[in-house]
Amino acid sequence: MQLRIEPRVTTSIVIQGLAPIIAVTMTLVLGGILFAAMGYPPLETLWAFFIEPISTIYGASELLVKAVPLVIIATGLAIGFRANIWNIGAEGQLTIGAIAATGIGLYFPDQQAVYLLALMFLAGCLGGLFWAGIAAYLRARFHTSEILVTLMLTYIAALILSWLVRGPWRDPAGFNFPQTALLPPAGLIDPIDFAYRVTGSVYFAIFALIAMWFFVARSFQGYKLAVGGAAPRAARYAGFSEKSAIWIGLLTGGAAAGIAGFFEVAGPLGQLSPIISPGYGFAAIIVAFIGRLHPVGILLGGLFLALIYLGGESVQLGYGIPAPITRVFQGLLLFFLLASEFAVSHRIVRVKEAH
Amino acid sequence: MQAMTRRLELTNITKRYPGVIANDAITLGVSAGEIHAILGENGAGKSTLMKIIYGAVAADDGEIRFEGKPLGVHSPGHSRHLGIEMVYQHFSLFETVSVAQNIALCQDGRLELTALGDRIRQTAERYGLVVDPDKIVFDLSVGERQQVEILRCLLQKPKLLILDEPTSVLAPQAIDQLFEVLRALAKDGCSILYISHKLDEVRALCDSATVLRNGKVTGDVDPRQATSHELAVMMVGSDLPMTKMPKTTVSAEPVLRVKNLSAEPFGEKGRKLSDITLDVHAGEVVGIAGVSGNGQSELAVCLSGEALDPNSLIQLDGADIGHLPPDRRRKMGLAYVPEERLGRGAVPTHSLMQNAILTGYVRGLAHMGLVKKARARAFANATIDRYSVKTNGAGAQANSLSGGNLQKYILGRELSLEPRLLIAAQPTWGVDVGAASFVRQKIVDLSRNGAAVLIISEELDELLEICDRIHVLSNGRLSAAIPRGEATREKLGLNIGGATLHLPGSGEEPSDAAAH
Repeated sequence: MQLRIEPRVTTSIVIQGLAPIIAVTMTLVLGGILFAAMGYPPLETLWAFFIEPISTIYGASELLVKAVPLVIIATGLAIGFRANIWNIGAEGQLTIGAIAATGIGLYFPDQQAVYLLALMFLAGCLGGLFWAGIAAYLRARFHTSEILVTLMLTYIAALILSWLVRGPWRDPAGFNFPQTALLPPAGLIDPIDFAYRVTGSVYFAIFALIAMWFFVARSFQGYKLAVGGAAPRAARYAGFSEKSAIWIGLLTGGAAAGIAGFFEVAGPLGQLSPIISPGYGFAAIIVAFIGRLHPVGILLGGLFLALIYLGGESVQLGYGIPAPITRVFQGLLLFFLLASEFAVSHRIVRVKEAH
Repeated sequence: MQAMTRRLELTNITKRYPGVIANDAITLGVSAGEIHAILGENGAGKSTLMKIIYGAVAADDGEIRFEGKPLGVHSPGHSRHLGIEMVYQHFSLFETVSVAQNIALCQDGRLELTALGDRIRQTAERYGLVVDPDKIVFDLSVGERQQVEILRCLLQKPKLLILDEPTSVLAPQAIDQLFEVLRALAKDGCSILYISHKLDEVRALCDSATVLRNGKVTGDVDPRQATSHELAVMMVGSDLPMTKMPKTTVSAEPVLRVKNLSAEPFGEKGRKLSDITLDVHAGEVVGIAGVSGNGQSELAVCLSGEALDPNSLIQLDGADIGHLPPDRRRKMGLAYVPEERLGRGAVPTHSLMQNAILTGYVRGLAHMGLVKKARARAFANATIDRYSVKTNGAGAQANSLSGGNLQKYILGRELSLEPRLLIAAQPTWGVDVGAASFVRQKIVDLSRNGAAVLIISEELDELLEICDRIHVLSNGRLSAAIPRGEATREKLGLNIGGATLHLPGSGEEPSDAAAH
């Protein structure tokens, strides 16, 4: 008996929706085995990882704090991914967005201006646009791989940030810590409730999801990008410009990441330090895919990835399990996601031998 | 039943797919040295039946005997071992490697590319096929790829050769050559199963014919005795209309004017276009004959705008369009049916509704930056109805349709845009007889209602049927137009054939190969 892998002719929508759920389940199962192998009680540790962090209202609010940037960035990235534009450097675009927003917040002449936050928002957005725009220009003009360019620009952005907080922007009153001064009150977003850290960025995340749905499902531009992603030659045949697809695909991700950077620095952080994101820009790629590039999926995926961040912190505190466990879980999840996608679109058949 | 063992014998072969019986108790026999035609429209079950014989698909019921022995469930590899070879309608070549490497994949024993290259050249020469073993398949035209497929089988010295619509992309001379090859093979005792919907060819070539309709055998005939008309009625189940060509008055000014168009070839082995000058007036159908790979694709993309050449003069209704991208040209009334349906004329993974928007955006399926889904669905449904596209509806994915049905949909879509200028490449390739005559009539009607139509086709009969004037595009050069009354197969064929003598492969090419 021989086995062969072949594409499925039809795939039911139920199965397609089930794939991410199977992936999550498998991640949990293998995660439990992993904990057991490390000598921790698996069920108890999984409980501490996935349930305990959100068993309080404060925990749930922290979940939102982490989910918001993931969701915002993933919506922007998903638009590019649908067009086969691979922006891998949202982390760098987030960093530049945060730097630009902080720059305005700290150095705008009128520190009490009521519109200071609006200016910072704009600066964050433009910063992300600019950083992604470099990759778009190079791809459109010289056919440079946007995957490499966006990724490399991420490291440049991290070094710029490092230089700023240790050099020109270091807080003079900060005891030589590598960080900027705190943003002025007019440049900070108040939490919705002062007991928690959640800010109005939650509303923006919801807006981003709705805007993405509208763009993908209703707009002609979204249609053009989808054609370019699914069949580039059909896009050329129809007269849909590849260059504009490159620009739009990269810029939406850049803008979203830049805005997320603004919300981080003007919200929970309040200032710049050498590390301002626990890898939101990279995790958002997983969020976009676990959400099948669809707004509802991205919302759920964002919450789940945020939970992995929280869980990692929780088991680190409670059991002394090293923090990189978070990334192990992210990796497991992505792996099982891709595997289940493959299983959904392909099947293994038994090849019958000749009699 | 005959006393002597026949080479191939099928008894009650049945194959069911969800919702359709592709083959319904089919019984037929082929003797050694016999050329046996399987006639039928698209969807009649011809290809399924051939795949069952070849072993690519397993039958649900029935028995296959090859040289008297029952085959049972077998694989294509097993079939090839027994001497059954098949040339598919859709080619199974790897695009990124050379012809010789593709053919080497089917050869047993040690891989010696140089020796194989020589064998390929010899066989190609013997049968008059234009195949250069060192060419990369990606750079070959559809017609050239088919020649590679045929040659691949011939190298195996088969006992039973199955050909699925082999002539659809060949020039008349090449068809005659192919027939010579097949007759010679049959004389050596090889049996041939020849799938086709072209009645004239079947009558010219085949000793016997089995006619299929909707998966059932509707006739076992000697095609040399039956008339084309009788065969057609067996295939279609009803009478066929001839295309009506009403008298027409053409516009004084051309709708499409092309002057001194030159274009660089696509791929390293494409054809350079030189100095094309061409006028198409409103009210006429102009044909471009010739074997693909002679500049056909280059001409089509220059006209559609997928390739831009600001230096050549291309005018649509007097306005220069040479520098305009495809969407601007479409908004000025150009519609285009490309040769490749999947991936170019339609997005494979999109529904027919979404594929309506692909070019329908110029007629209001996108408005104010928004996609008009309800209108697109209505447009798609209307096209499906009018062109009798066999599908589950506007929600069906383009890649779920058969080639002919998708072609009907794309043609229907472009015709429904009511273009000022329609350019269609191979408009009825793979479309069944009944639908093809309907489509041709629609094309003629479009021109008679005041549009200009340019047809690029390899099928001379089609061009002769619907064109008012015919050019020949050969080796990147366009001949003078031959008007309808004077155009004959022989006259056009000479133009096409005359040029094929200058095809590479006979000239300096071997020196390239030696360097390798």
